[in-house]
This record gives sequence, C-alpha cells and structure tokens, in this order.
Amino acid sequence: MIASSWLLVAFPALGALILLLGGNRTNAWGHLLGCATVIASFVYGLAMFFADSFAEAADTTVYSWIPVGALQVDFGLRIDPLSVTFVLLITGVGSLIHIYSIGYMAEDRDRRRFFAYLNLFVASMLVLVLGNSFVTLYLGWEGVGLASYLLIGWYTDRPSAATAAKKAFLMNRVGDVGLALAIFLMFKHIGSTSYAEVFAGIGDVSPGVVTAIGLLLLLGACGKSGQFPLQAWLPDAMEGPTPVSALIHAATMVTAGVYLVARSAPIYNLTEDGRLLVTIVGAFTLLLGSIIGCAYDDIKKVLAYSTVSQIGYMMLAVGLGPFGYALGIAHLLTHGFFKAGLFLGAGSVMHAMNDEVDMRKFGGLYRKMPITFATFGLGYLAIIGFPFLSGFYTKDAIIEAAFGQEGWRGWIFGGSALLAAGITGFYMTRLVLLTFFGKQRWRETTSADGREFHPHESPPVMTVPMIVLAVGSVAAGALLISGDTLAEFLVPAVGELSESDHGVLPHALIPWLTVLISALGVLLAWTLFGRRDTPVERPANVSWPVRAARKDLYGNALNEALVATPGLWLTRFSVFADNRGVDGAVNGLAAGLGGGSGRLRRLQTGFVRSYALSMLGGGVLLVGALLAVRYS
Amino acid sequence: MTNVFLAQADIEAPPIDYAAILPMLIILGAACVGVLFEAFLPKHQRWPGQVTLSLLALAGAGVALGAYAGDSPERGVTTLSGTLAVDRPALFLWGTLLALALAALLLIADRSVEPGGAFVAQAGIAPGTVQDREQVGSTGMQTEVFPLTLFALGGMMAFTAANDLLTMFIALEVLSLPLYLMCGLARRRRLISQEAAVKYFLLGAFASAFFLYGLALLYGYAGSVRLADIANATAGTDRSDTLLFAGLGLLLVGLLFKGSVGPFHTWTPDVYQGAPTPITAFMAACTKVAAFGAILRVLTVAFETTNWEWRGVLWAVAIVSMLIGAVLGLTQTDVKRMIAYSSIAHAGFLLIGTMALTDEGLSGTMFYLLAYGFTTLAAFGVISLVRDSTGEATHLSAWAGLAKRSPLLAGVFTFLLLALAGIPLTSGFVGKFVVFSAALSDGMAPLVVIALVFSAVAAFFYLRVVVLMYFSEPAPEGPSVSVPGAFTTAAITLGVVVTLLLGVAPTFALDWAGAGGFALGS
Repeated sequence: MIASSWLLVAFPALGALILLLGGNRTNAWGHLLGCATVIASFVYGLAMFFADSFAEAADTTVYSWIPVGALQVDFGLRIDPLSVTFVLLITGVGSLIHIYSIGYMAEDRDRRRFFAYLNLFVASMLVLVLGNSFVTLYLGWEGVGLASYLLIGWYTDRPSAATAAKKAFLMNRVGDVGLALAIFLMFKHIGSTSYAEVFAGIGDVSPGVVTAIGLLLLLGACGKSGQFPLQAWLPDAMEGPTPVSALIHAATMVTAGVYLVARSAPIYNLTEDGRLLVTIVGAFTLLLGSIIGCAYDDIKKVLAYSTVSQIGYMMLAVGLGPFGYALGIAHLLTHGFFKAGLFLGAGSVMHAMNDEVDMRKFGGLYRKMPITFATFGLGYLAIIGFPFLSGFYTKDAIIEAAFGQEGWRGWIFGGSALLAAGITGFYMTRLVLLTFFGKQRWRETTSADGREFHPHESPPVMTVPMIVLAVGSVAAGALLISGDTLAEFLVPAVGELSESDHGVLPHALIPWLTVLISALGVLLAWTLFGRRDTPVERPANVSWPVRAARKDLYGNALNEALVATPGLWLTRFSVFADNRGVDGAVNGLAAGLGGGSGRLRRLQTGFVRSYALSMLGGGVLLVGALLAVRYS
Repeated sequence: MTNVFLAQADIEAPPIDYAAILPMLIILGAACVGVLFEAFLPKHQRWPGQVTLSLLALAGAGVALGAYAGDSPERGVTTLSGTLAVDRPALFLWGTLLALALAALLLIADRSVEPGGAFVAQAGIAPGTVQDREQVGSTGMQTEVFPLTLFALGGMMAFTAANDLLTMFIALEVLSLPLYLMCGLARRRRLISQEAAVKYFLLGAFASAFFLYGLALLYGYAGSVRLADIANATAGTDRSDTLLFAGLGLLLVGLLFKGSVGPFHTWTPDVYQGAPTPITAFMAACTKVAAFGAILRVLTVAFETTNWEWRGVLWAVAIVSMLIGAVLGLTQTDVKRMIAYSSIAHAGFLLIGTMALTDEGLSGTMFYLLAYGFTTLAAFGVISLVRDSTGEATHLSAWAGLAKRSPLLAGVFTFLLLALAGIPLTSGFVGKFVVFSAALSDGMAPLVVIALVFSAVAAFFYLRVVVLMYFSEPAPEGPSVSVPGAFTTAAITLGVVVTLLLGVAPTFALDWAGAGGFALGS
C-alpha cells in the first residue's frame, strides 16, 4: 500500500481540479465529490495504517522534480509513523468538516468553489506532511498558505475579509522567507534537501550553522502556526467561513509549524539553543494567547486565541526535545479533535443566530440547541483538562514535562504552562456561560442586519460530525497517552520519549495541581459571569489589563513597528528618490478612469533629461566603483 | 584578410558555417521579403501575407535550429571569421527567442480583440485630429510591424551569439531600432505611445553611446574587440587597468540598460506602458533574453579572470535593481507599469545568476529567462483583453472584481502572478530555486538572503492584484473582457502551459540549458 501512497494526495487534488475546471456544470454534485475525495483518502490512510508496519521510514520517489547539477530534488513521499499520524488527522477531521460544510454552506451560491478550495487545501496539506524533502514540504507549505488565503477572503462583500486574507498571506511570507533560507542553508552545507540525507549529514555541520537552521525553521513555524511574534494574523483569519476556521485555522494547517519542528527532530536534537528558543516562544505564546482570549466578545476570536495558546503548548513540548516530541504531537491530535469540535459548535451557534459572533448577544442557548450544547460542552471539558478527558492527559503531560526541566527552566516553563491552564479554564468557562447559560439576551436585540434572532438546532448533516468529534475529544487522550501508545508508535520518526527525573516538582503532584488551578479559573469565571447578568453593550470603561488584552497585547503594534513601518519608510524613501513614482500614482488615480489621450499623457510625467541624468549618475557610480575596487 | 585572421586564431573552420547560422539567416531573410511584401502586395493581402510569412519563418528557423542542435559540437563553433559563436548557450537562447517571438507574434497578429489590430492604421496621421479618430475605427493596420519584429528578432539572435564587441554593437542597433519604431505604433492613445517611442529612442541612443565608449576603451586596452582576446589580455599585467575597468563599466551600462536593470531602468515603466501591449510583451520577453544572453557571454568569456573586481559592484547593482523593482512596484496603479517594475526586480534576480560564473549559474539563468519570458508574455496577453470603451483598461481600479465577471481570465492571471512571485509548481519557483542555489554554491549567500527578502516584498504587489480581482466589488462601469480570438488564445495558452510545465517537470529544459558552456577559445 505504501508504494501507491501518492493516491492519498491524488484524490483531493483531482477533486479540486475537477471542481475548479468543471465550473457551474458541477454545481449540483460538487459538494458530494468534494467529500468523497477526502473520505477516499481517509479510507486509504486507514487501510495503510492497519495493513503496513512503519518500523522504518519508507521513502518513495514519484518523479524527479528539479535536477540541477549536483542537487537533485525529487518529488517523493515519506511514509513513517509521524506522517501517517498526520494523514489520519487531516483526512479524518477533514472528512467530518467537509460533511459539516454541506449543511453550513448550503445557502452559499459558490458552494462548489468552496469545496474545490477545501480539496486543494487537503491535497496541499498532505503534500506538506508526506513530502520526503524540505523542498516538497515547502511546496505544500505554500499550497496550504494559498488555500488558506483564498478561504479567509471567502466573503468578498466584507472588506475586513480581504484585509485579513492579505495580512495572513503577508505574515506567512515573513515566515516563508525563514523556511526558504533554512532550506538554502541545508543545500549549501549538506548538498541535499531530502530528509534522509539532511538528517544523516547534519552531524558534520558546524554547530553555528545547525543553530541558524534551527532558528530559521522556527521563524517559518512561527509564521504558519501563529506563534509570537507572528501571531496576529490568526485571529483575523476568523473572517473566513467557520468550517475553514475549524479545519485550517485550528485542527491542521496551523499545526504545521509543530510538525516542522518535530520532523526536524534530528536537527533540533543537536542545537540546545535552538530548542531553548522554541520553548521560550511556545511558553510566551501560550500565556499571551490565553490572556487575550479573556478579553474578546467575539466567539470565534476567543477560540482563535485559544488555538494560539494551545499551539503554544505544542511548541513548548516539541522544544523540550526528546522529552516532548511525542507529547506535542499527542496534544496536537487531541486538540485537533476538540478544537475542531468547538469551532463546529460555534459555527452551529452562528448558523442559528444569523451569523452573529458577539457572545454578549447570545445567552441561554442550551435550551434551543441541545445537541450543539452537549457536543460543545464535551469539547469545553476536554480543553480545560477535566479529569480523564483528552486535555487532561495531553496537556498535563506537557506541563509535567515542562516542570521536568532543570532549575529555572522548569519553574518558568512549567509555571507559565500551569498558569495558562488556569486562564484557559477562565476564558472557556466565560465563553460557555455567555453563550449557553444566563438570560436569553438575544430576545432583546437584533443582529447587525436588523433581523430578529430565532435560534434553532442545526440539521443532522452538521450535528453528526460534531457528535463524532465530541466522542473523539472525550476518548482520544486516554487512548493516545495511556501506556504511551502514541509515543511508542512515533519512535521511528522522532526517537524514544525520555522521562526527566530531575524535575522541580514531584510527578504525582502535577496533574492534580493542574486540575486545581483550572478549577480556580472556572470558579472565577463563574463568579464573574455566571452569577451576574452580562450587559449586551461592551463596557468601555475597563482596567488597563483588559484594555491591553483587547488590543491583542499590542501584537499588531509590535508587528507594525518591526515590519510595516520600516517597509513604509523604505517605500517612501524610494518613491522620493524616484519622484516619478509619486506623480505616476497620483496622476494615475486622477486620470485613470477618464479616457482620452490628452489626459492620459499626464501619466508620463517623467522627463527624458532626468532619466538620462539618472543613467549618467548610475554609469559614473558604476565606473567609479569598479575603479575604486581595482585601486583600493 | 580572412585568412590572416584565421591564421591568427588558429582554427580550421570554413569561413561561413551556413548550417550553424541558418536560423538567423532565415529570420533576417524573411524580414527582407516582408519589406518587399509591403512594397508589392495590394493592401488587403498584406496582413495575411505577412502573418503567413512570419509564422513560416519562425517555424523554418525552429526546424533549422533543431536540425543543427541535434548534432552540434559540444564546445560550439565560431564562424564568420570568429564574429559569431554558435555554441550551446547561443542555441538555447535562440530557441528561447524563437519560441517567445512566436507567442509575441501571435499577439501582434491578433485582430479580434481590437478590431483591426493593436497597431495604427496610418502612422503618418497626427494624433488628436479628425483623421486620427477615423483611423481608430478603421480596420487597417501598419503591417510593417511584422518585418520590423523579424528584424528585431534577428538582431537579438545575433546579439546573443556575438563573439566580438563590434558585432555585438551592430546587433544591438539592429535589435533596438525596430523596437523604437514599434513602440510608437499604437492605434489608441497615440501620444503616450509616441512619447514612449521617443523616450526609448533617446535613452537607447544614450545607452548605445555608453556601450560604444566602453568598446573603444576596451579596444585601447586589449588591442582587439574580440571577447577572447580581451580575456587573454586581462591575463597579462602590463596594461592599464584604468582602461579595462572604465571600459567594462561603460560597456555594462549599455548592456544593463537593455536588460532594464536598475538604476538603468528608468525607461522601462514609461515604455512598457506606452507601447502597444503586444510590443510590450515582445520587448519584455525577448529583449530581456537577448540582453542577459549578451551579459552572460561578455562576463563569462571576456571578464572571468577579473571577476573579483567587478563582482562586488554588480552585487550592488543587483540589490539596487531588486529594491527599485520590488519597492516601487508597490505604489503603482497601472497594471502595465506594475509588470514593468516586476521586470526590473526580475532583472535583479537574473543578474545574481549571471554573476555566478559556473555551469549552474549559466544554466539557471538561461532557464530563468525562458520561464520568465513565457510568464510575462502571457501576462501581457491577458492585459490586452481587459478593455473599456477607450481601449485597454490598464488602471488597477478597473480590475476590481474581475473574477466575478470573468473567472477564467482572473484565474489565468492569478496563476501567472503566482509564477512571477515564485510559488511552487510554477516555473517561477524553479527558476528562482536554480538561480539562487547556483549563487549560493558560488559564495553569494548574503545576496541570496537579500534576494529572498525582496522576492517576499515583491509578492505583495502581485497579491494586491489578486485581492483586487477576487475580493473587491466590481466597479459599476467596469471594463468588459474581450473574448480573445484564436491568435491571442493560442499565445496565452502557450504561456500558461509552459509556465506550468516548467514548474512541474523542468527536467528537459534544465537539461537543455545545462548542455554545454560558451565557446571560449577561437
């Protein structure tokens, strides 16, 4: 089965192709084809999982892609425990979300195109995790970025969606530059980019270069996974349809950064500094995300910041190296279940509430939407780490491993992970209380477009996937963690899971400490939001931490200061240096729509004499520099 | 005289190797026949006659090239007393030029998008007059554009194969003069078109002067204009290096001008915008190939031994070019100007590959030229289709919401923009990949880092157009998208297919590009 594993990618890719090229002819059955291709991949993946053994990584070459002299880049696939795990997550959760989308997007007249993009996404994501070289990974990496970009901007009537899409694309490009540089560094120092040769040769590379590669890979991972300092695009990405938020911006694509670090385990194993920075980024982001999550009233944005925070946990885990790779992946899987479930639940609520996302207008919905409430509730219990549900196992394992570090690291990483667990309890409880309990505030208000709310339960095509995901949220953690099932399965890909024995806190204590802290968070939220009524209007007069959190803890301001402002100044400077640009732009705006050669001529404000002068200047500089180099 | 030269050069080749230069002869010969067509054919037969002749000439040259390339000698031959070197790079570039010219010719020949063609019916009419308004509505066109295209193409082919600087200069003029004229032949917006022609001519003459001055200094240095002799002279130490480097600098100004490399790019946006779009497509694709072909040859054959002196300076030029292209592209509001700035940024990337004087650098740069040529040509083809009542609607605001009105066209243009941005599975990615990896293995890591950053910046303005097409509401009085005729459809399809093919399966093209180096001796 491994030999034909390219079929995994081929099914959804073919689906996307047919749906995009078929045009309106495929409208009638497009959504069914979209689901069928992903389910086919899932079935194939499942069959492969049971039929084959993955004791050794199996590389298959599909064809030779870029042969440049000494560098051969083949389009090849690597089937090993890590990639198979991801295949099952992507196609499994992907299938459910595809089915859910049939109902959610039923009234969108472009539903066929939506499924085409979703299929394109699944195909690219599978290329990303199945590729056997960093260049193939990069191919998938850009592909998922493109699909994500197209889907964030789905609602073309909202300018905010276009802005969000652009922001996502740009911040991802920053990360992509890091990844591209890392790939070129590998090529330069090892002469190859395939996993097999890079990991075999990385030991002979000087430590400085290994660290540089590690840091550049981390930059790529931060861009894709919404980690500090490139986290600001992910919450804005919630402008996309909710199934997209569930699939791409919660369960799969945004975890690609974690995959990248885990896949590069042999590189990170050699660079302690690189690993340390991964853990710092993870620990910082998980706190940051959870704090901001407390301040939003937009149900999807809270979940988005929760995603940022949970991926922070995974980053922290994989940054711990052999102590954490398997734990990070385990949390990634359970998170894939419960966060996808939570998003689908939020989508179901929005479906019932005229696409409203402001939780202050919700309230008391559990009577109207019992199935949504039940499934959402299970996801909620899973994420806050309720004993013996998924989050309890996988998140606690990470907190334990973090406390297992020596000295200050143990206290800082463990402490922040523990604190964030409490904050998670707080903001998730707030979300559930505001949405499902309390007064039915929607009776007093209308949605943005002036309609009254008539909440109702969603159709079975939506609730069934939610139920399946809820079951997964309950059971996955125990299955994966007990007896180290997943850790042992992953050994061929990421190495043995080490247990640290010099932790700063006793092992047995930590799970119960976590439960206690989370319970405190829940209790606090209940005191603040469960016992009093919530005003429909958002209070403006709030203390500074809330103000800061509402401003995303100044994440956007930071990005602007670091990237946007210098870029703006560079542009201004260049335009100043080349004044025609300004004139062209200004006059172009004025003359562009009016026709007539006379007016359009004004576009050409450049004078030949100034062009000639700049050429002369350039020539003098060029000759002068050549002579200066020669005679210096 | 010939015998003396040959004795000096110490090779035993026939004076003229007709088989080797047959493709060029066919093109130039067809151009001359085209001029006769203009003189002797009745008016209504000129267009079909010229189109048939040009297409046949391209096909014939292609066949001749294919037949010769099949068993051409590994190190190439020099012919016409060593003035032309027909070696593997020249053959690859000729093939590229012929293929690109074929696509450009299809755009030029199209008469369905703009009734009567994109070219003026009678160039002698003053713009803005009553007669001018009448000619816009008429169906005739100045069919001289076809022989002019062939002359320019012949010049480009000679330019990439020129083995001495004087031949190179003549080829430069042969390729440039028709282009100046063609720029001024637009049917609509004639003032802007003629202004473009005059600007291009004045600045081109200025650049030619630089080239010629550099040539003179280099002759003073080496006592010969042959590239190989200059290379030999640089190996000795008893000559004035001032002459050498001043000459090289001035020579480069002339060459970089043609390749629209910043800071010698100033003509590019104005000329790209003003020229008739099919001509812009022809210039953007073919002139770039010819210019970089010549730069590659000059740097590799004549100046390899001095590369430590000039490389740092060209680093700066490449950075300036990428900076100008990527950053100023951001502020453009006209789609043709935007692609012009994109071409300046791409010139910077190309220069990086050119500087790596390795086999990988040579093949990578040539592959990049092939890939970039087809992508940009198809992009201009698409631009020619978006029109309103006054002709092409090139202002970006007119492109808003285009995907709603014409999803196929928007999809094609998005694909081409992604290729220009260098997204995987397009030729743009493979091109950047091979060029950057060649530069990296030749010790230009910092430059590659800078180039990657600028390619990320440049991605932004391509993205702006995609956002505009897909995520904006269409303007109420927006442009309509013409249904392209067979010619334009064929040209765009060719460009898109090649862009995809070179992205998915670049092996063949990379093998051809890497088949051999320049003919060094002679």
